[in-house]
Amino acid sequence: MSILTNDMSFKHRHLLGIEELSENDVSNILNLSERYIQLNREQQKKHNILRGKTLVLLFFENSTRTRTSFELAGKRLGADTINISVSSSAIKKGETLIDTAMTLNAMHPDLLVMRHPNAGAVNLLSHHVRGSVLNAGDGAHEHPTQALLDALTIRRHKGHLNGLIVAICGDIMHSRVARSNILLLQLMGAKVRVISPPTLTPTGIENLGVDVYHDMQQGIDGCDVIMMLRLQSERMQGSFVPSTREYFRFWGLDRKKLSFAKEDAMIMHPGPMNRGIEIDSEVADDITRSVILEQVEFGVAVRQACMELLALNLQKEG
Amino acid sequence: MPNKPDIAYINSRLIDPSSNLDVKGGILTRGSKILDLGSHLFNPDLSEETIMIDCQGHILAPGLVDIHVHLREPGHEHKETIESGGKSAAAGGVTTLCCMPNTNPVIDDVALIEFIQRRAREAKSVKIYPFAAVTKGLEGKQLTEIGMLANAGAVAFTDDGLPIMDSQVMRRALAYAKAFDMIVSQHAEDLSLSGCGCMAEGQMATKLGLPGIPDASEIVIIERDLRLVEITGGRYHVAHISTAQGVEAVRKAKEKGLQVSCEAAPHHFILTDSDVGNYRTFAKMAPPLRSEENRLAIIDGLSDGTIDAIATDHAPHDQESKRVPMEHASNGVVGLETLLSLTLELVNNGHLTLLEALSKITCEPADLIGLKAGKFYKGAPADMVIFDPDAEWTVDLEKIISKSKNTPFEGRKMIGKVNRTIVDGRTVFKQEA
Repeated sequence: MSILTNDMSFKHRHLLGIEELSENDVSNILNLSERYIQLNREQQKKHNILRGKTLVLLFFENSTRTRTSFELAGKRLGADTINISVSSSAIKKGETLIDTAMTLNAMHPDLLVMRHPNAGAVNLLSHHVRGSVLNAGDGAHEHPTQALLDALTIRRHKGHLNGLIVAICGDIMHSRVARSNILLLQLMGAKVRVISPPTLTPTGIENLGVDVYHDMQQGIDGCDVIMMLRLQSERMQGSFVPSTREYFRFWGLDRKKLSFAKEDAMIMHPGPMNRGIEIDSEVADDITRSVILEQVEFGVAVRQACMELLALNLQKEG
Repeated sequence: MPNKPDIAYINSRLIDPSSNLDVKGGILTRGSKILDLGSHLFNPDLSEETIMIDCQGHILAPGLVDIHVHLREPGHEHKETIESGGKSAAAGGVTTLCCMPNTNPVIDDVALIEFIQRRAREAKSVKIYPFAAVTKGLEGKQLTEIGMLANAGAVAFTDDGLPIMDSQVMRRALAYAKAFDMIVSQHAEDLSLSGCGCMAEGQMATKLGLPGIPDASEIVIIERDLRLVEITGGRYHVAHISTAQGVEAVRKAKEKGLQVSCEAAPHHFILTDSDVGNYRTFAKMAPPLRSEENRLAIIDGLSDGTIDAIATDHAPHDQESKRVPMEHASNGVVGLETLLSLTLELVNNGHLTLLEALSKITCEPADLIGLKAGKFYKGAPADMVIFDPDAEWTVDLEKIISKSKNTPFEGRKMIGKVNRTIVDGRTVFKQEA
């Protein structure tokens, strides 16, 4: 049972990043995801689109929600899923990564979902396997399914992406979510602002077409969507920000700063949240504004859509 | 309670460097503010209630602004306190000063900013604005809460007394402080180059057999920092600049349009390493007194505008810190009470005009740090100094008001003497007749 229509062509072998996608690709993924949202809300959630296919989840970095979301997506599509968690300390050399890839390859996986702490590692892996690789996050580079699920969440609330003003706030420097979202939102015609302390603003980010702000109130002013990022203390070497209380004071989203956005501005967060650091519980839990749990729900649907489109190409190859 | 009467300061040579004003005139104050000023107040016909203060033809200028003062409180109250330092400032014609955070504890927390503010209020002398530390405990590692400190009233940031040696920390400090439009002031000294040096490297140090500090110790840090300013766009200030090539580096950076400034201390444009003489520990400070070539370059920097301000680096030390061999002596000299006269030497020697010289100790430093001080206009705070530019006096340790007497200018003939210092309309110092 495929729910694909004929106009949904997807010409990519892997999903490594938003950078390689066209506006049409994104629309197709989002449209297909919409149908999965409905299917996932039914009693019978299991389908057989990936029956007989092997899905390998290869995580070199701790993850709960992303791994679970991919695993659930694969299982609901009928794939056989296996989890391989490799502590990053065990993998120190490039050869080892490729060796791991070769070993897996010998087992004929069809879909490989991979997360790795180093930017570019997923891309490297994709050159050494026969199946389709889905990037579940590589260093501070890309996290395409997160950006897609964010776009889906925004589209369902606002009806469109074109013309919206989206503020991405916080630790831009260490965020793959920010990079994928900047690419995707601009591709779909939204205007993107980044708001961050200067020490967490990557050099040259304005060349990606975004407006850079350091002052939260100015940056939020008139926004349709506020996307908060997690302060990734575990990736920080040295002193990027003085303290979490100072960070919350100036870059944490609270009721007062939120008041500068549009009245119907929606609040997003890719999770996991640091309450009281980048976001105040009062606004994180405000069901009239916060769509954080919907993001999680739609994440499964988006990943199902991506897997189906990639699997279709595998079938064509025979 | 009836309002306090207005006060008129008449019969003066009225000078305001910020507006190039230099006329015979006077100022009328009401409460803490300047109500009126100009030549019509030279010999005015005012209501009987107005108190008249005759300036006797002497200069009436904005109260001096010193952006580099060590008040030693909290932690070293035996050297200076906020109160004693305030009195010393008032005696020197200084009505606004910035105190440095290298106290014990270090001013690296909002509560300590509030402590300084409270003690300054209690002292009721001059206006005191704290610089806060750039890094926690001056350790050069973890940034302080620059945003919260700035909101609490810190006017700039520095680890003064120590440089920020780690380039990554310095880069982040410049970048982070930019978000709050705050200046990072650097004590530019490469500690590894300075080593155990206790005076400027050169003929004098060699003769005395003392380990020397090369000019490069300052220059390499300034040049490094300027590259970090280029990539961060931050606001950077060089404290107590003392080398010719350091001044040249700042000059070039300004030409490039970088947000860079610097200050020089009077001892660096008056004295040289030869004044260390016979192991005079009162002539030991950081940076050290340097060569004549460097001294002249500081004067050039002041006259061409490269150096924005003259600041004392007032650094009080008790006798015990100085009555030791040169290598063990503490760095620093007191300076608040000699600031005006030493600055006027630049005028008397023909290097700067009177207006130029006064602007370096009034409006220029005030504007740099963003202080509401150092200028005359209607509605401005009534912070003023009356001084006789021709009066002669001799530096006498007995008469120094600061708690510490460590000046290298003992016995020096000075020209230019403060008669009266006024803060918010209150006389906080009056020269005994």
